[in-house]
Amino acid sequence: MKSNIDMAIDLASLRNPDAKGFYGPFGGAFVPEMLFPNVEELRSRYLEIIESEAFRQEFLGLLRDYAGRPTPLYFAKRLSEKYGTNLYLKREDLCHTGAHKINNTIGQILLARHLGKRRIIAETGAGQHGVATATVCALMGMECVVYMGALDMERQSPNVARMRMLGATVVPATSGNQTLKDATNEAIRDWICHPTDTHYIIGSVVGPHPYPDLVARLQSVISEEMRRQLAEKTGSEIPTAVLACVGGGSNAAGAFYHYIEEESVQLYGAEAAGHGVHSGETAATIALGKPGILHGSLSMLMQTDDGQVVEPYSISAGLDYPGVGPMHAALAHFGRAKYLSVTDEQALQAAHQLARLEGIIPALESAHALALLEELPFGKKDVVVVCLSGRGDKDMGVYGAP
Amino acid sequence: MNNLNKLFGKKRENVLAVYFTAGYPKVDGTADTIVELAEAGADIVEVGMPFSDPLADGPTIQQSSKVALDQGMSLVRLFSQLENIRQRTSVPLVLMGYLNPVLQFGLKRFCQRCREVGVDGLILPDMPMDFFEENCKALFEANGLCSIFLVTPQTPDERIRQLDAASTGFLYAVSTNSTTGSSRGFGPEQQAYFQKLAAMNLKNPVLVGFGISTHEDFSTVCRHLNGGVVGSAFIRAQEQGISEKAFVKNLRERQVVS
Repeated sequence: MKSNIDMAIDLASLRNPDAKGFYGPFGGAFVPEMLFPNVEELRSRYLEIIESEAFRQEFLGLLRDYAGRPTPLYFAKRLSEKYGTNLYLKREDLCHTGAHKINNTIGQILLARHLGKRRIIAETGAGQHGVATATVCALMGMECVVYMGALDMERQSPNVARMRMLGATVVPATSGNQTLKDATNEAIRDWICHPTDTHYIIGSVVGPHPYPDLVARLQSVISEEMRRQLAEKTGSEIPTAVLACVGGGSNAAGAFYHYIEEESVQLYGAEAAGHGVHSGETAATIALGKPGILHGSLSMLMQTDDGQVVEPYSISAGLDYPGVGPMHAALAHFGRAKYLSVTDEQALQAAHQLARLEGIIPALESAHALALLEELPFGKKDVVVVCLSGRGDKDMGVYGAP
Repeated sequence: MNNLNKLFGKKRENVLAVYFTAGYPKVDGTADTIVELAEAGADIVEVGMPFSDPLADGPTIQQSSKVALDQGMSLVRLFSQLENIRQRTSVPLVLMGYLNPVLQFGLKRFCQRCREVGVDGLILPDMPMDFFEENCKALFEANGLCSIFLVTPQTPDERIRQLDAASTGFLYAVSTNSTTGSSRGFGPEQQAYFQKLAAMNLKNPVLVGFGISTHEDFSTVCRHLNGGVVGSAFIRAQEQGISEKAFVKNLRERQVVS
């Protein structure tokens, strides 16, 4: 692994983008002028705000008392026996609202309040980010509008009901494949039309600078806790490997964040291959994509030779996205992390296995990360952490299907 | 001399630019639409390069872009459609679209093809100014292409001056905070913004776009600035079978209500 890393790159630059938001060749802020003031306001203020002592106090307090952090690092004994290694699950599924998404939404709503915003918009795929956004809006008494692909509203209907109960307006996105990409387009259009009172809580490490860095920083609490918890349980903060699923890549960014500069730690991302990387029905962006611009950043992108974005497919609504965060594109480009493809079928098997061996029903997204264990040859002395990004209640329609 | 600069050399008032989506409604109708618009009296024709994810566009242009792409429209095809356009019209031609298809086509090759077919200017709304300075400016200049940037009601004055400085041809003033195709008329707030732009003594002529669909809208912007851009309203007219000639006439002349 170590020998594959491009030594010319300063690893810290893969964690901290430059002033224009670039991680190596990826990132930036490719936005039309209509969005420029919004994005610029955020860019010029986010670091000063989120690094202030007052913000840290309030953010960490809410993570602890409201979201239920730290989440456990659980030694999965029976799963470890099955694979002949030492497997730990970072239990983000035990966060309030059932996924890691709440880490980001708590941080961003505090940021929005500092910026004097009164209205919140968000996009959502699986509905986890939408629920996490609706939740913090209820908590702070702010108006909340969530854009969700019409197809996703069908396949993740329990989350639609949750958002509505929390007081959010859920607006169906009816363009394209009616999934996450289309919901993001609609959210961006809303932001163009509301340039002063609205903050857009992007749910992943995507979008124009500073979003990838902002979201990665807010999610980095995952690996911050992992280091401390591993030290307690194994005597070392440093595992052999960290595994996480990658759609836009926010839980992976959080799980990798404090290990990027630890060269010995192998980082693996699981992309959704859908029916197979070369089936034409896939969301394996790093495997298939080329550098391109979508939603304001230059990253790997599934696209035609003519530069049109290809409609993705995955059984998992949260991974059904044709792009990926620029940090991941850079981690892959410089060989610091490896991204492997996992099919619908492999993810389903991994989900059912975890349910039977450990009594934990994972989200379809997280099941993609678990499925990597079939591919990667870890041994008895290795310590492997899998980021269990969310719980599977929302996916019972798929899991329970005959 | 570039046709845009030529135009503004002799005409500074009531300048009408009409936008349509290349490859829509008929995939091979692009050149005919340009010629019809020119003959109908449009001063500038903006040819939209369709993109799968047009973030700044409202439903009308989203839909026309989707249909064009579904019909097989592409940049390669667009340039072949424009191959002989300069034998048919000398109307200033501006290509407008998103950056990604241009990057995949290859910036250098794109600019060369623009010069070969006779394109006069480019509007790439999601191209950042610093990216332009570093990667595009020299290529645009070498190929005789004007760069046209957008400003909005939220753009600070200092940045308006920077965008004006980076622009050649004209400056594109987005009328309201909205995606394309919304039509709410122009109230005192917009008129104050138009007046501010007019008073800034910018180096470029200023055309107002977004939300112009009637003669009244067009004459309002022309009262303050050099002219306007009409897009979604023309595409809706195409869908209703209204000719280019009738559409341009309706915009330029007050209709007698009977």
